[in-house]
Amino acid sequence: MSSKTNKVLRQMLCGVLLWCCLAPAHAQSSDNASYSRTSFSSANGEVVFRSICQGCHMPDAKGAKGAGTYPALTDNPRLASPNYMAAVILNGRRDMPSFAPKPGPKDRFFDDATLTDEQIAGVINYIRTHFGNRYDDRISAQEVSAMHP
Amino acid sequence: MGSIASFRLEPKRGLARVFALTRLGYLMEDDGCKFSMKRRDLLRMIGLTAGTAAMYQAMSSLGFAAESTFKQSPQLQGAPKGASVLILGAGIAGMVAAYELRQAGYKVQVLEYNHRPGGRNWSLRGGDTFTELGGFTQHCQFDPGLYINPGPWRLPHHHHGILSYCKKLGVPLEAYVQVNHNAYLHSANAFGGKPQRYRTINADYRGHVAELLAKTTQQGKLDAQVSKEDQELLLESLREWGALDKNLGYVRGATSSDRRGYEQDPGGGLSAKPVPSEPLSAKDVLGSRLWANLAAGEIYEFQTTLFQPVGGMGRIGEAFGRELKGLIRYNAKVTSIQQDDHGVNVTYEDTTSPGHAHVARGDWCLCTIPLSILSQLPINVSQAMSDAIAAVPYAAAVKIGLQFKRRFWEEDEHIYGGISYTDLPISNISYPSTGFHSSGKGVLLGAYIWGLNAFEFTAMTPEQRIRKAVEYGSQIHPQYSREFESGVAVGWHRSPFTMGCFGVWSEEARSQHYDNLCQIDGRIALAGEHASYLPAWQEGAVTSAIDAIGRIHQRAVAGARA
Repeated sequence: MSSKTNKVLRQMLCGVLLWCCLAPAHAQSSDNASYSRTSFSSANGEVVFRSICQGCHMPDAKGAKGAGTYPALTDNPRLASPNYMAAVILNGRRDMPSFAPKPGPKDRFFDDATLTDEQIAGVINYIRTHFGNRYDDRISAQEVSAMHP
Repeated sequence: MGSIASFRLEPKRGLARVFALTRLGYLMEDDGCKFSMKRRDLLRMIGLTAGTAAMYQAMSSLGFAAESTFKQSPQLQGAPKGASVLILGAGIAGMVAAYELRQAGYKVQVLEYNHRPGGRNWSLRGGDTFTELGGFTQHCQFDPGLYINPGPWRLPHHHHGILSYCKKLGVPLEAYVQVNHNAYLHSANAFGGKPQRYRTINADYRGHVAELLAKTTQQGKLDAQVSKEDQELLLESLREWGALDKNLGYVRGATSSDRRGYEQDPGGGLSAKPVPSEPLSAKDVLGSRLWANLAAGEIYEFQTTLFQPVGGMGRIGEAFGRELKGLIRYNAKVTSIQQDDHGVNVTYEDTTSPGHAHVARGDWCLCTIPLSILSQLPINVSQAMSDAIAAVPYAAAVKIGLQFKRRFWEEDEHIYGGISYTDLPISNISYPSTGFHSSGKGVLLGAYIWGLNAFEFTAMTPEQRIRKAVEYGSQIHPQYSREFESGVAVGWHRSPFTMGCFGVWSEEARSQHYDNLCQIDGRIALAGEHASYLPAWQEGAVTSAIDAIGRIHQRAVAGARA
């Protein structure tokens, strides 16, 4: 088989196989407030908070209570340590997934919702300086990078 | 909901299944016998690299769950006199357990956080109110008879367990349409954003692949791998499979139009002569990436026939609730689970009159509380079980139901049930598999979202989610803007009773923790979809409950004899 045919065939056959393990490459129309994995990688700390964190921790960062609890990100002594926050975001905690990019098999449910070290630092710094939080110290992307499991 | 059972397929078997998915599977089945082509040659042919191997494996763990282990209801007998089981959660797992244990003679009591039975087995109908975490309240405005299932919405024909309870409880079923050749495949970046019929892309993709392989064969390029005799068979099969003409071409004509549809359909009388349609080019079909969703209905769990309860998935939970009337205490928020040598004390609060701690006790406790919540509760179990409870993150998922003034998808576009797939964030639009061809209003599933976009939609207010779903959906159905009336949107991480959609087991987590999660710990056992190899499926809840109560019963009987 010619290499060209080979390539076309490969594309065609593989294409069928990948539908469920690759998240769809979401189109970006001009009115698009939603992100694809690619476009989201440039979102800053505030946008990350508004797009992901507030789903559980709520728009006012006060958390919520139902059968269980989403912790508040205000008046929370754990916020004193940006490294603690980075560890939770990188590793996940209980029902909260890890937002660190992972090698290996792609996961349909979490794979496209990953954050760069810069975004993790950005969202931590954003949270620690908003919602009534007034921390002076900052965490850098380099520090987050050093914490990867 | 999808299934992501993460078991490791033995590679050969996994590949055979992968090939089955391409519909070229039968080429492979008789390894080295009919064909001299070896597995590894075929692998080379499709360019299986290390990278794609990882994806195959990922896909295996996504799409191909094991068949339900359910054979029949447990028929437990001979509960020790006076023995009791306290069940936490009146979802499918908890209610299956209550149903069977009561039958076996146990004293059963169920504590449920919600004011209704069912848990994620749930339909939202007109008049229903749903307050999500954060206090955002929605009043469902749907017309009588119309509904949306925020949770599970389809029953595969091989999920024998949940189906058996539908029969026992008298819940009538109807067919759920998964594959609809007249529904759309859509990409904002393909064909100028114009949706294509599934039928068209399916026929053209197959036709071009078949033609290409036929030409390759005819040019003698497979001579080294396929005997002359088998090449004849291959060509014959490709003609059949791909709707090729007598010259093995995929071209405009009656043969291809019988698959992809006609430009003018055949009819009767003088004006009835059919006009064949022109296939899309191979380049356009490939470049569109619309083939990405062609195989959805070939995945084990989505293979015809599927069912849905008449009137909404929630009918199952409601029927269980009626059956177990008097056993379930609603509005009970569990705050602590503590066992001793003789039984289990569960502390709870009545959410309608908070501030007082109530205690319920059982000799045994079957806890079906989702791990998202259980991981926050004080519970005295072994470190191993405790670690397992904390090891499972929960997937985000969002579903949005939209009511329209008329069933324009049927009236204008002749789409009856099934799913249109899109690369827009709404991901798919599913048309109701009920009330076909009726006039009046209709409710469709306007979005079913996973991953990053699910996080994003969860982070919106319900109104924003609905507005977005209508905006995006209009790109596929322009009728949306005129016909839209009202909607409801459920982001599962905002659900007060689950705080997430379902437990996502990584392979690592499963190998390290799954058995520890499912072991009976003293007098406590866990059940639910999270304690199964069928995550997110009700069948996982049913089979895990039956498995757990069988083991509890054994211990209870053995303990009573001792």
